[in-house]
Amino acid sequence: MADERRQKQCTVVLPTESVKVMAESAGVQLQEESCVALSDEVSYRIKEIAQDALKFMHHGKRRKLTTSDIDHALKMKNVEPLYGFQSQEFIPFRFASGGGRELHFYEEKEVDLSDIINTPLPRVPLDVSLKAHWLSIEGVQPAIPENPPPAPKEQQKAESTEPLKAVKPGQEEEGGIQTKGQGATSAEAKGKKEGMMRIKPRSTHELSVEQQLYYKEITEACVGSCEAKRAEALQSIATDPGLYQMLPRFSTFISEGVRVNVVQNNLALLIYLMRMVKALMDNPTLYLEKYLHELLPAVVTCIVSKQLCLRPDVDNHWALRDFAARLMAQSCKTFSTTTNNIQSRITKTFTKSLLDEKTQWTTRYGCIAGLSELGPDVIKTLILARLSIEGARIKSVMEGPVVSNIDKIGADHVQSLLLKHCASVIAKTRPLPDVVDQYRTDYGYLGPMLCSHVVKARAQAVLQAQQVNRTTLTITQPRPSLTVTQSGLGGSVGSRPPSIIKVPSSLTLMSTRPGTPTQPSPPATKYIVMQTSAGAASTQQVITLTSAQSGSPITSTVSSTPSSLQPMVKVESGGGGGVAGARPLQKYIVVSLPTSASAAAASSLDPKGTGGAPHVTTSPLTMETVKMERSESPAASTQSPH
Amino acid sequence: MAAVQDGPIESESDKETKTDVLNDGAGNITGSSTGVLSSPPNATSSDTGAAKPMAPPPGPENQQTLLAVLQYLKKNNLLESVDILRREAGLSDDEDSQGTDGSGSAANADEGGNANSLLNRVSIATPAPVAVPAAPPPKASGGEDQPDVNVVLSAYSQQGDPALYDTYYTGLKNFIESVLDCHRAELSQLFYPLFVHMYLELVYNNHEQVGKTFFDKFSGDQECYYQDDLRVLSSVSKREHMRGNETLLDFRTSKFVLRISRDSYQLLKRHLQERQNNQIWNIIQEHLYIDIFDGMPRSKSQIDSMSGSLAGEARREANKVKVFYGLLKEPEIEVPLDDEDEEAENEEGKPKKKKPKKDSMGNKSKKQDPNAPQQARIPLPELKDSDKLDKIMNLKEATKRIRLGPEALPSICFYSFLNAYQGLTAVDFTDDSSLIAGGFADSTVRVWSVTPKKLRRVKSAVDLNVIDKDSDDVLERIMDDKTASESKVMYGHTGPVYGISFSSDRNYLLSSSEDGTVRLWSLQTYTCLVGYKGHNYPVWDTQFSPFGYYFISGGHDRVARLWATDHYQPLRIFAGHLGDVTCTQFHPNSNYVATGSADRTVRMWDVLNGNCVRILTGHKGPIHSLAFSPNGKFLASGATDGRVLLWDIGHGLMIGDLKGHTDTVYALKFSRDGEILASGSMDNTVRLWNAYKAFDDVETDDFTSATGHIHLPENSHELLLGTYMTKSTPVIHLHFTRRNLLLTAGAYNPQ
Repeated sequence: MADERRQKQCTVVLPTESVKVMAESAGVQLQEESCVALSDEVSYRIKEIAQDALKFMHHGKRRKLTTSDIDHALKMKNVEPLYGFQSQEFIPFRFASGGGRELHFYEEKEVDLSDIINTPLPRVPLDVSLKAHWLSIEGVQPAIPENPPPAPKEQQKAESTEPLKAVKPGQEEEGGIQTKGQGATSAEAKGKKEGMMRIKPRSTHELSVEQQLYYKEITEACVGSCEAKRAEALQSIATDPGLYQMLPRFSTFISEGVRVNVVQNNLALLIYLMRMVKALMDNPTLYLEKYLHELLPAVVTCIVSKQLCLRPDVDNHWALRDFAARLMAQSCKTFSTTTNNIQSRITKTFTKSLLDEKTQWTTRYGCIAGLSELGPDVIKTLILARLSIEGARIKSVMEGPVVSNIDKIGADHVQSLLLKHCASVIAKTRPLPDVVDQYRTDYGYLGPMLCSHVVKARAQAVLQAQQVNRTTLTITQPRPSLTVTQSGLGGSVGSRPPSIIKVPSSLTLMSTRPGTPTQPSPPATKYIVMQTSAGAASTQQVITLTSAQSGSPITSTVSSTPSSLQPMVKVESGGGGGVAGARPLQKYIVVSLPTSASAAAASSLDPKGTGGAPHVTTSPLTMETVKMERSESPAASTQSPH
Repeated sequence: MAAVQDGPIESESDKETKTDVLNDGAGNITGSSTGVLSSPPNATSSDTGAAKPMAPPPGPENQQTLLAVLQYLKKNNLLESVDILRREAGLSDDEDSQGTDGSGSAANADEGGNANSLLNRVSIATPAPVAVPAAPPPKASGGEDQPDVNVVLSAYSQQGDPALYDTYYTGLKNFIESVLDCHRAELSQLFYPLFVHMYLELVYNNHEQVGKTFFDKFSGDQECYYQDDLRVLSSVSKREHMRGNETLLDFRTSKFVLRISRDSYQLLKRHLQERQNNQIWNIIQEHLYIDIFDGMPRSKSQIDSMSGSLAGEARREANKVKVFYGLLKEPEIEVPLDDEDEEAENEEGKPKKKKPKKDSMGNKSKKQDPNAPQQARIPLPELKDSDKLDKIMNLKEATKRIRLGPEALPSICFYSFLNAYQGLTAVDFTDDSSLIAGGFADSTVRVWSVTPKKLRRVKSAVDLNVIDKDSDDVLERIMDDKTASESKVMYGHTGPVYGISFSSDRNYLLSSSEDGTVRLWSLQTYTCLVGYKGHNYPVWDTQFSPFGYYFISGGHDRVARLWATDHYQPLRIFAGHLGDVTCTQFHPNSNYVATGSADRTVRMWDVLNGNCVRILTGHKGPIHSLAFSPNGKFLASGATDGRVLLWDIGHGLMIGDLKGHTDTVYALKFSRDGEILASGSMDNTVRLWNAYKAFDDVETDDFTSATGHIHLPENSHELLLGTYMTKSTPVIHLHFTRRNLLLTAGAYNPQ
């Protein structure tokens, strides 16, 4: 490699074309020969100056060469420095290519002086100041914000992926760093190291008193009843750089917590724990790979467990499954490597139980959700193929003799889930036209519904294409759902919400009502107003434009349920009151949950129109918005106590 | 084209005439035969002529003598004789045919083989028409360039066939690769200097293309630590470039020093004689200095540890001078100081626990150290009362000093400069750690107080007149409370401030800058007192003597200068470095200074007589930091290669190589008792090294200082006591307080 570089070194010269161009710009015609001579000479001089400028960079204790370095080098050669190329931070050249030419150019904008005069003066840059902190106290680096996190992410990664490499005899250095990272005094670490060369050094996980306190506070807040505290705690987990040493504790806490609460069917706690997982994954300074063996089973449990709550017919455990499935997808994306094969192992697990005839609806839902989140490719290969089989299964529940309400709800959910995920994939892959009959032959029972969803998805895609330059918050997943059959389930109007939840996500797009996210506290009325307006807008638009998704659920209700207008009205007043009145308690539990972007989680409480609303409005699935939501979530939680 | 430019170029060509006399002659004949006016073909033909006479077979030695004679005649304007001699020697025939060939087919033939630069052709061509009618005596018009060119001429004139260089080099390479292992490593040292000189010969003689292929072919073989020089070399492809290129100047003017055992040398000599390889032999004779020693050939690692500098290793005799590295005993002052100190202690009502320690110190200073220089070897300023007070403070603090060791690492306090926008270029702490000074790229010098005591100016002259001069607190009264602030900015430089240093009494501050000056600032008035002008180029570093009064500066002009604060001209000029003097440091006894350079050597100079007493080679990159151990015996140096080397000053030997940093080491400091060496680097880390162990390991080793061949243990990881990362702050200064707390400084560099 060094050879290559050196070769390059001695051959790089200014192209003669450049010389020619420069000469032309100065109004001189040069012969080829003179160009060659000049380019040689100029290249040499440029190299010389660059080498001198390097000296100034070194003495300036910088890593970046600046234009002033070059000026100084020129000055040293008794050449007048270049004027007008001042740049503190970056090289102001821009690159352009096209027409077979590549060039770097200096962008000089035309400046209107009056603009400059009229704009207020920029703030005076801050003056140099001194700040002292402890880099080390008697050999141990304190974990304070001024110091880097004890173990940088790369190192955590290196440790977890190649644990033995650090202690190979030739690579003592890394070992040294590691022991330092653990905060053990290096002297004793050294003694240890000499003793066991090939064994992975034992890492000490001592927590300081402060850390223990922190751990206690955080864990209590995370599973406690105060949503405001929880939001703060999660925020801390997601951003604090010094959590490395507490990571094993957290992961054990989560895994144990899930184990216990699954048995007790404590849905709320499970949701809290999943939110903790999410926060840990969001923390940019942590590398979780070492603890996946604890975290992943917990997450999988929350996806596929047969029962997650006490009253499966009422509680919205589906939201938890969706949320956990997304977590799983995220961790697959982040941590899956050729050695650990997380993604393929997870996929296998899901597929296996999906194929099993005896799998319950809840688990089935989890499997499908988990697979769907892994991406369109997985959907295409694993789910689309099974659509007709699943459709038949759903049909048998829906149209067959009434077995149990729970089964029905489950089938209903599975159906909407399938429709939601498959429609977008089909819309992308299947060629037009969308003929209902063809769909029926291809996908069986679900065919016709799928067809309508696909049509909608396509329309939406077109719409999105038109709206490209509007500031859109990821509308990635068009989630049209809510089908005819559902409406039949009188009691479970609550199952509908998934669609409604999506409504607001598109609504935020419209950005006409900033009031809703910011002031969610006057709950019911405010929300309803919004909702109706949304509904009104959508109902009108649907026909004309089939606008945002906002339209889609409602149109579906329009088309499917004859009582199309009623749901909206219901949402307003009666519907919410009716359902909420029935089981107010459990609703509240779920209320607090969707803060962490689990939009769907809000579903069951949506109709009751109390706490769900503000979440819903702010629940676009994007990561960026998550943080904003947190700040709002306290407001939401304040409602829950009453 | 050449014709067009004839006129204006003439003056430059005059310079060339001397060097190119011979070529001119060749051009002359062809020129006159084809017609004076047809200069373009003439030009090309003349340069074919220039290249050819070297090539033809008839005995290179003979020809060379002939050429020399011709040159002489030419110089004395004996043109006819030149013609005659030429004809008789049979050179003309050769050239004529070549010449017509060349002129007939214009430039076709010579484009590949000896593609001359156009400029060169012009310069050669012009004298031809001029020389025939008038033949004016070529005068050295190019003043300063002339000697250079002459040096080069004498150095590189004996050239052989360019095509053979390849063969020669390959031959030598094959030979060296075939010899016994023990000799191979030693002889391999020859590769780099030979390669460079052969390449330069090729370039000098205008064989650009051959030179390029030669470079491409063999540059990959050279040791990686010569990369930087090779990069410079690679850009040089024409004779014009050689003029004024400092790196090449160094190569020409100084001999590359190699240390080779007698056996290996004999082997080489025999080989070259057998092969009649005069080319290489000549280079060895003229440009290399082979330091032959008796005894075992050195191993590869031994050689690698010592080589890497621009001019090879140091000659052995260069490090033979005795250096008085011992500390000055605390002079007469010690006694009254002792008393005062005790008094002071008594006043504070403390027990005299320090008494025994004092005694031991007294014993030590009773002329026991044979290595210490004489007390008055160089005149030192007398201690003032304030200095004595400071010494007392120092001793008091010393009793509270934490004894450091591998078990007791120092605490590190980091001073981050915020909002410096990459502009912080130098930092210094006062010895008592009360002030910090920073030099910035925007030419300012700033001083901060790190104690609650604010910085105050002395009142103006008018106000001072009013003060009661007899009052006890006159020193307090002269200060102007209105000016109290935590920091002061001083303006005066016109370029980035690269070096900064406090005087030991905290009254003065020195700063050196890109503008070529060193400035002395008063810390009473916060104004500039003196601007020392002497360096014409950027001054990279400056340092006060530990006793004050003297200071040293070093810069791009390759010399270090010793100054006294009351002289506007330097007292000593230390010249010898082949590259910029990048850092400077006073020995604790103030009799010596150490300088680090971009030529990758560290030199120690005697302040008394200005002699260079040590040349320390082994770094592979420009040196950016130096530190003497408190006992004066050892020196540590850090370079851009990220390594820290430890040196025994008495023997002039490398005794340690601390690897760990991944970027330039900008700061080095020994703890107050010399137990720990701290190093700070561009890689955002502070590392602590067990200096005691490093020195101890070697000291117990019974090395033979006669040969100076030591085998360094690979133990940097054992010596590394700790690594402390900063968030994103390169460490550019380190300082141990009197109680052994480590202060570090750097500018936070947000990413």
